[in-house]
Amino acid sequence: MLLARVTGTLVATQKHHKLEGAKLLLVQPLNLDDSPRGPELLAVDGVGAGVHEKVLIVLEGRAASDAIAQKAAPVDAAIIGIVDRVDLA
Amino acid sequence: MQLGRVIGNVVLTLKNATLDGVTLLLVQPVSSSREPIGKVIVAADSVGAGPGEYVFFVRGKEASFPFAPIEMPADAGIVGIVDQWHLG
Repeated sequence: MLLARVTGTLVATQKHHKLEGAKLLLVQPLNLDDSPRGPELLAVDGVGAGVHEKVLIVLEGRAASDAIAQKAAPVDAAIIGIVDRVDLA
Repeated sequence: MQLGRVIGNVVLTLKNATLDGVTLLLVQPVSSSREPIGKVIVAADSVGAGPGEYVFFVRGKEASFPFAPIEMPADAGIVGIVDQWHLG
């Protein structure tokens, strides 16, 4: 899993039927110092995240499907939680 | 599987319900000479690892297998705490 920041929302009327009802958000993966880590991604939202929130994302197909409780949904990234706190040892 | 060192944890209140009670730890992947390699990831812990410990972790959907039959959305998971390793 990776830390990420929600940077935007996206609307797509025409999409695969397994994605109907799914919310798609633009996310920027982050390093521990909150600097950008690679390119922005599109992730399905399984928790009701909003723009500017720090979130935890999965970057794996079947895990992302599980996040929206859909078997074999054609997705590869999903938001699985909203981050309250990151503790460094 | 890959070697890593636990360097912290992540706290989530609002999350996928299957993650309730699951500890999420920050893991810095390391080489066999204990040098950091690559970037820090967040991994689900199924073995009770803690900060500072050397662990090994899996990537992919297999990370959720220790929590079966719960279908958890995890793509990285700690599956062992390393007591020691030796290079030949």
